[in-house]
Amino acid sequence: MNVPIRRLTFFCMVLFGALLLNANYLQGLQAEDLREHRHNQRQTARQFDAARGAIIVGNEQIAYSEPTEDEDAAYAYQRHYDNSEEYAHITGFYSLYNATGIEGEQNSMLNGSDSRLAVSNFMDTLTGEESQGASVELTLNPEAQETAFDALRSTGKNGAAVALDPNTGAVLASASVPSYDANPLADHDPSKVEETYQELEEAEDKPLLNRAFNQRYPPGSTFKVVTAAAALEDGETPDSTQPAPETYQLPAGGTMPNHGGINGPCNGGDPDPLRHSIEISCNTSMAHWAVDLGEEKMAAQAEAFGFDSGEFDIPLTVSESSYPRGLNGSQLAQTGIGQFDVSATPLQMAMIAGGIANGGDVMRPYLVEKVESSDFTQLESANPEVFSEAVSSSTADGLTEMMVQVTEGDEASGTQGAIPGMQVAGKTGTAETGQGSTHNWFISFAPANDPQVAVAVVLENGNSSGGELAAPVAKPIMEAVIEQ
Amino acid sequence: MNAPNTGSATLPPVKRRNAEFVMLLLALAIALGSFAASGLALNESIPPGLFGYGLTFGGLALATHVTLRFIAPYADPLILPCAIFLNGLGLSMVWRLNQGDEGDHAGVGTQLIWAAIGMVLCLAILFFIKEPRVLQRYPYITLLVAVVLLASPMTPVLGQEILGARRWIALGPFQLQPSEFAKIALVIFLSGYLVMKRDVLSLASKDLKVGRFKVLDLPRMRDMAPMVVAWCLAILILVVTKDLGTSLLMFGTFLAMIYVATQRSSWVIIGLTMFMAGATVAWAIFTHVQQRVTIWLNPFDDEIYNSVGGSYQLVQGLFALAEGGVLGTGLGQGQPDTIFAADSDFIMVSFGEELGLTGIMAIVVVIFLLCERGLRVAMASREMFVKMMAAGISFVIAFQVFITMGGVTRVIPLTGMTTPFLSAGGSSLMASWIMLGLLLRMSDNARRPAPQAIQDEGTTQVISR
Repeated sequence: MNVPIRRLTFFCMVLFGALLLNANYLQGLQAEDLREHRHNQRQTARQFDAARGAIIVGNEQIAYSEPTEDEDAAYAYQRHYDNSEEYAHITGFYSLYNATGIEGEQNSMLNGSDSRLAVSNFMDTLTGEESQGASVELTLNPEAQETAFDALRSTGKNGAAVALDPNTGAVLASASVPSYDANPLADHDPSKVEETYQELEEAEDKPLLNRAFNQRYPPGSTFKVVTAAAALEDGETPDSTQPAPETYQLPAGGTMPNHGGINGPCNGGDPDPLRHSIEISCNTSMAHWAVDLGEEKMAAQAEAFGFDSGEFDIPLTVSESSYPRGLNGSQLAQTGIGQFDVSATPLQMAMIAGGIANGGDVMRPYLVEKVESSDFTQLESANPEVFSEAVSSSTADGLTEMMVQVTEGDEASGTQGAIPGMQVAGKTGTAETGQGSTHNWFISFAPANDPQVAVAVVLENGNSSGGELAAPVAKPIMEAVIEQ
Repeated sequence: MNAPNTGSATLPPVKRRNAEFVMLLLALAIALGSFAASGLALNESIPPGLFGYGLTFGGLALATHVTLRFIAPYADPLILPCAIFLNGLGLSMVWRLNQGDEGDHAGVGTQLIWAAIGMVLCLAILFFIKEPRVLQRYPYITLLVAVVLLASPMTPVLGQEILGARRWIALGPFQLQPSEFAKIALVIFLSGYLVMKRDVLSLASKDLKVGRFKVLDLPRMRDMAPMVVAWCLAILILVVTKDLGTSLLMFGTFLAMIYVATQRSSWVIIGLTMFMAGATVAWAIFTHVQQRVTIWLNPFDDEIYNSVGGSYQLVQGLFALAEGGVLGTGLGQGQPDTIFAADSDFIMVSFGEELGLTGIMAIVVVIFLLCERGLRVAMASREMFVKMMAAGISFVIAFQVFITMGGVTRVIPLTGMTTPFLSAGGSSLMASWIMLGLLLRMSDNARRPAPQAIQDEGTTQVISR
């Protein structure tokens, strides 16, 4: 009977061996990952006891940790957010449960655990000083941000506005309405945090959603810029024409009428030049352009501006904008005016404006200007790079010329985007949602001859026109950037 | 005296009681030290109960040692120190984990009482059961006891369902977990029964052939009854009490013991196949089984993590282990108390956090040492029944530790069960000490030198003990 007993002993040894191996794996190999896991509140809780770095905009700290005064406070530091509603979608929040936005993406810098801070932390240990996390300075322009947020809010609609520096890709303003206050989420009382979060999460108008980066809308007529870009890249000129009847009998059935201020054909029944189609935002001629160019060229141009290239991080994650495929003639015609299944984030549309402003090169958007340790050593600084070469510089010039007409031409559709004393290039958009209402868009950049700012504005279910509702929001944002 | 141990031979008849004494002092020092360390870390003072605790626990440990010197002098010298080491650490941890609650001694007071009762039971077994074979006498009554114990939580008045498992019965102010005792009764029954049926179970066979080659020699259909009954019992426990752990433990023990009795791997293969089939069907039918498996496979999935009865507890345990890392946070300096059931099912996690990988490995090795000594007793014993029982008890301890620790560290799906000697809970602790008493008694009998023939009595030989 001893042979089976010996085998049983061996089996027990295997069982215990498995336990020991697994313990080594968990507590040795995997320990680091588990400690950093986003569900791990121990980490978060411990960091509430440490001096976390600030998030800076301009010269102001918009998110910072202060020592708690109350002796009985649960943790040593309390996180504060100034003007929180204005910045909440960018800063995110740092709660007992999770961290979002910059707080989440730059966590290792802010909490000082990044390896680049190891030396500074070690010096602090030697000198007996309390280690501090690094501070993160954002690219946002405080005036532009405030203007964007206030202007959006004054419309009474939900929506978003993004302003980029077309030459570098720096995000100068990014506002999303409705917003929320991050302060109660940084509270030390877990039940209060949970309650607030629950409320925000369940709210019908989704205040937690960053519409500027993560909501996709049909871009409507603002997408005509892409159609026009494809045409120019294909060798056409602003004077090339397409039929522009009152109603376009679509190739695969259905009809498309002209909209907005245009009642009737766009050019008195004659074929309409491209520049005029953009200026007055003619549907039928632009749809003809799309059909003429074909799906391949349309898709390629959209991709060149950043559509269908996956999510990307700036470092906040930006959702993918998309141009549909496998279209029949009618659908292709509709994509030419930014309808059917074309969808774009406000940031994507700002990138289009920015790319044209920058002579055809779309710059990669970024939010973090630099990261500095508490002893002012620069750990990281922004390095502008080209995202894509969307169009040639001559195409960009042509597009600019046409877009300027949108704000100041004889039959301009976006006059409210014009700024006295300079030329503004813009494009309006009124996108049908499919539920009987419209989203109102305006994309623009200024000054047209030396662009300093590119903007995209969208207002959900504005049920007005891009020129009426969105352009007045874009204008003060551009002014706020240029005036400085 | 140092005869080579050839497995089939008996262990050398050495007492080594002094060695035991020294190791016992070491184990006590670790136990009391860990208690003091937790107190210092938590309240910045030596716990006021240290003296009383030391006196009770240390006194009982030494009393057991002294008793062994008299009534079981040849008992294995390693078994008692291992148990004291484990129980002592368990007491410190249970005390430390219940510090946040009301009072200084919340939790540990009762736990110490249970430990004391356990040790007294252990002494009683050593005292009253001089020959383990007396337990062989009534196998079917033992079986009845085991079944009644297992079924008792099902009774409407006594039985209690706590957190989705019917595992407890209420006896006045106490809650008892009868399955802890049932497993001992089951081992005793199986030892007796399998020894009786050993020949028929191990020899009668039918060859399973593929072509001309024998792949497996199968038992006859009519000998399948014990296997079928054990299987039914395991599935019944699983279905009715929703107690995954006990079901697995009972059936695993049955397979181990039938293998030891017959040395036939076909029994194990048949048993495992049947259990797998049963478990798969149970998985398909019962949501609580499905949930356990889902949690095991994807504990970090957001939906599973956030759902009620989801993987939150398991994941928190894994975080605690990671927090402990290699060296641990130090006793009283971690936060294992934030985990639900930190002092019972999750006690290994609590040790993992505060004593680190180092501590958890030491504990696992000591438990293995304890089981290995038990299995050594089985090998050294001369009687079939004792061999079976020693092997069975050792395996029960080892397998239970595997199921609990494997569950909280995600080697296998999590099932609620206590860790022998370590976890808070009277039933578990008493059962552990009963098993220890049996092991000590059996080891004394196994290691005792064979009765010497007295040669100068002429032609008549008198056997003396």
